[in-house]
Amino acid sequence: MLEIKNLHARIGEKEILKGINLTVPDGEIHAIMGPNGAGKSTLSYVLSGRDGYEVTEGEVIYDGQDILALAPEDRAAAGLFLAFQYPVELPGVGNANFMRTAVNAVRRKRGEAELDAVAFLKLARAAVKNLSMKEDFLKRNVNVGFSGGEKKRNEMLQMALLQPGLAILDETDSGLDIDALKIVAEGVNALRSEKFSALVITHYQRLLDYIVPDMVHVLSGGRIVRSGPASLALELEAHGYAGLEAA
Amino acid sequence: MSASMQAIADQKYKYGFTTDIEMEEFPLGLSEDIVRRISAKKSEPAWMLEWRLKAYRLWLTMEEPDWANVKHPPINYQELYYYAAPAKEQPKSLDDVDPELLRTYEKLGIPLNERAALAGVAVDAVFDSVSVATTFRDTLSKSGVIFCPISEAVREHPELVKKYLGSVVPVRDNYFAALNSAVFSDGSFVFIPKGVRCPMELSTYFRINARNTGQFERTLIIADDGASVSYLEGCTAPMRDENQLHAAVVELVAMDDAKIKYSTVQNWYPGDADGKGGIYNFVTKRGACRGKNSKISWTQVETGSAITWKYPSCVLQGDGSVGEFYSVAVTNHHQQADTGTKMIHLGKNTTSTIISKGISAGKSDNTYRGLVKILASASGARNFTQCDSLLIGNECGAHTVPYIESRNSSAKLEHEATTSKIDEDQLFYCRSRGLSEEDAVGMIVNGFCKDVLKELPMEFAVEAQKLLAVSLEGSVG
Amino acid sequence: MTALPSKKLEAWRYTDLAPLSEISFGAVPVAVAPVLPESDLPRLVFLNGVFSEVLSSRLDFAGAFDAVADASAQPLARINAEQARDGVTLTIPDGIDAGTVLLISHASGDAPFAFHLRHRVALGQGASLTIVDIAKGDGVYWHNPVTDITLAAGAKLNHYRLQDESREAFSLATIRAHIEAGAAYEHFTATIGARLSRTEIHASLAGEQATAHLNAAQMLTGEQHGDFTTVIAHKAPNCPSRQTVKSVLSGLSRGVFQGRIEVDRIAQKTDGYQMSQALLLSPHAEMDIKPELRIYADDVKCSHGATIGALDEDQVFYLRSRGIPEAEARSILVRAFLDDALAPVQQEEAKALFEAAIENWWVSQ
Repeated sequence: MLEIKNLHARIGEKEILKGINLTVPDGEIHAIMGPNGAGKSTLSYVLSGRDGYEVTEGEVIYDGQDILALAPEDRAAAGLFLAFQYPVELPGVGNANFMRTAVNAVRRKRGEAELDAVAFLKLARAAVKNLSMKEDFLKRNVNVGFSGGEKKRNEMLQMALLQPGLAILDETDSGLDIDALKIVAEGVNALRSEKFSALVITHYQRLLDYIVPDMVHVLSGGRIVRSGPASLALELEAHGYAGLEAA
Repeated sequence: MSASMQAIADQKYKYGFTTDIEMEEFPLGLSEDIVRRISAKKSEPAWMLEWRLKAYRLWLTMEEPDWANVKHPPINYQELYYYAAPAKEQPKSLDDVDPELLRTYEKLGIPLNERAALAGVAVDAVFDSVSVATTFRDTLSKSGVIFCPISEAVREHPELVKKYLGSVVPVRDNYFAALNSAVFSDGSFVFIPKGVRCPMELSTYFRINARNTGQFERTLIIADDGASVSYLEGCTAPMRDENQLHAAVVELVAMDDAKIKYSTVQNWYPGDADGKGGIYNFVTKRGACRGKNSKISWTQVETGSAITWKYPSCVLQGDGSVGEFYSVAVTNHHQQADTGTKMIHLGKNTTSTIISKGISAGKSDNTYRGLVKILASASGARNFTQCDSLLIGNECGAHTVPYIESRNSSAKLEHEATTSKIDEDQLFYCRSRGLSEEDAVGMIVNGFCKDVLKELPMEFAVEAQKLLAVSLEGSVG
Repeated sequence: MTALPSKKLEAWRYTDLAPLSEISFGAVPVAVAPVLPESDLPRLVFLNGVFSEVLSSRLDFAGAFDAVADASAQPLARINAEQARDGVTLTIPDGIDAGTVLLISHASGDAPFAFHLRHRVALGQGASLTIVDIAKGDGVYWHNPVTDITLAAGAKLNHYRLQDESREAFSLATIRAHIEAGAAYEHFTATIGARLSRTEIHASLAGEQATAHLNAAQMLTGEQHGDFTTVIAHKAPNCPSRQTVKSVLSGLSRGVFQGRIEVDRIAQKTDGYQMSQALLLSPHAEMDIKPELRIYADDVKCSHGATIGALDEDQVFYLRSRGIPEAEARSILVRAFLDDALAPVQQEEAKALFEAAIENWWVSQ
């Protein structure tokens, strides 16, 4: 279970998150929607531990542990996974080698046995097939020369292999066509279980046609200004975000 | 390449006429006495003479630099005239200017006459060694802008001249700068006071007329806090068989939030198709971004001169200051150009951009030489450099010599350079649409230079485009 | 003795040999047997600059050193010619693939000494050879080797160097390669050791379709100074040349790369490419790059690129967010950064040697 309590964060002198309260129970998928500049990406970076964001107040508890003190890699080992809005290119780093290193680092920290090259490749090939990707995906350098859709699929591949307990999808749908959108949705839906929860951050409602959330929260001006069932997303799509700040 | 093209021999230099006008010249050669006479002629105060004499004595101890990729017979500094001026008294207004001179500037397309100056450009015209007329002075002085010959500034604004002259290009900076400091006879002075946006483009037109004369002009531009100015410089000279020396110094100072844009179209006489005659253009240009968030932008289109030796530079001292260098250098026939820039990053978060386009044709040599230096203090500094060279014909040379030095790990530098020939497919495409080969080359070259030409003020951009085409006449064939 | 080049020379503007000139070098001490790399490959071993018959394999194509004169423009090569006492001459006849040979130099002594090995490598038409050149040592010494290479038409030489000299040593290597039509010179230097080092390569592409690949990885720390200087002269049409130089600098180290591509008037259709990149891992490291093009033919494609910067923190974060610890993330990125330079090294043992050297360097940081 993820519990965000009165979370304040700033970049430099500028306060972006102004007291966020949010609980995502295990097994649930929550969507966070909101206008540009609401603090959506800041929230995902604060949760995953990126430098440059200063938490001034509040706490984030995941599975009973305050994760704000953890290094990004330790949060990954604890089960957090951030699907980036703009996945980073790593020239010279092979995709398969990258994923094996990551999977084994996480397994080590979780006290599990590391996978050898053969076992890993078997796992990776299966995951690649599941996501309707070409096998040469594994041989290419991480995200280098990938199209927008391929980068997002690669994020889903990594998620499938790392088996997180909580996935944060930071506008993973931006720039995707419908087919790619379905792939992302299938990636998330395939992990759905009592042990898996997700925060789906999006500007548009359309991704939520494929990943139906248990709850929708509206983030505006650094606070959650409204929460409701999946139908809230449709309402926002119809009427826009105007006037929400006051609500 | 086609034979018809080979037939076109000489490029036409339309500014090659001479002006017959009575001149006053000092005796040949350089000595302390000549320096004293120049200073006396300008009615300079004692401190200015002292400054010149110090420079002269220093120059005697220095050696001509030999590192540039240019070749020329030794220059005999005792066979040059260091002062030549129209013999008449200094004009008090445009009506006093020798009509023959006015006709010369008319031929050059310089709207010296205020009534004709619809373009609204304030012009300071320097003829051989002296400034002959500065237009629009009244309009400018109303906004507090000082734009006058530097010889006048020495007399009228000594506190400003004393403070800034030699503060960016020290006397000892290099051989030619020391020489200039000793013998400069005129040039332009600009001071833009705090918060003033100069109401019009300022322009200086330089003309070398007299035979065997060196032109040593000195330009000093200061933009105080929050001020901004755009300054244009044009240069021409008559066709003469012997080489003439031009050794200018330009100093720019930008204080907090100030902006200076300095544009040059350099079209000194390049010599004939066999490499006879032409100007030796040995120029030191440097700007100091002293204040925070200040900006100095150099744009140059270099088509003239037998030899060009010129590196307009920026010293980025103020935090957040910006330096830019946009350059097109065209060489044809036997011309030699060794030009580029230096960007010295001292302040935090300073940025510099260098875009250089070199075009070599004929038997010419064209070298880009540049330095980007990030000092340890320049945290967060950024540089981007793009240097492209185009070769037209198989007898020319194109060279790129960048020096890239970084002493700060938070700085980021990117440098790219390419050399290629003019694209046959592009040429063919243009010609198949009915363009002559020369027009096609002109069009492609203009396209190649677009990133630089777009930085020029409008009226200069048109002139520069024409100049590129003229300079490359006879280059394809 | 020919004077050491001064900083006033343009070719030496970034590398100052003053610290070398301050040391007086004495007699070459008697060598102690070093630990040599375990390998089944044939080897030629020099101890303190003297050929060791005991430690070396017997090779038909390896001949003895013989004295040379040198009137070249390179002061260090002239000094070498004046001082050289030993070296090896490798002559591979036409059409022979001579496989791989290890060329090992090991130096150690209690007092400063100097040695000037002079090697010659001549490959006949269509011949091929791989040289893995390893230099190691302890203590203060000056190693000033010259390697002169001639490749006849269609010959192929892979020349892989691991410069892992004593951190107190001076290592100044000059390599000159004359490459005939269709021949290929493939070079990689890993610079890890020496207090002050320079690798200076002059490659001359003398026949059509001759190729030169000059790659390097410089990994420096402390107060090390490493200089990789190349001149590729395109003297014939249709020759491609490639250079990829990567520098990783930490501590107070200083890296230098000077690379010049010269294209003669006759060398139409030249395709020259050069990339130089530096990573500054510490705030006080310094990199100086001078890529240079000198071109006299018009139908050419020549380009160079250069970048200097720190590790990309977005990349570091991306790796960490996938569970990879920070130190490992940085190690992966540094190794990836070096990859382009190392990629052409295909010979298995050489590749393993360099991988291990890079790994060791990183671990020692």
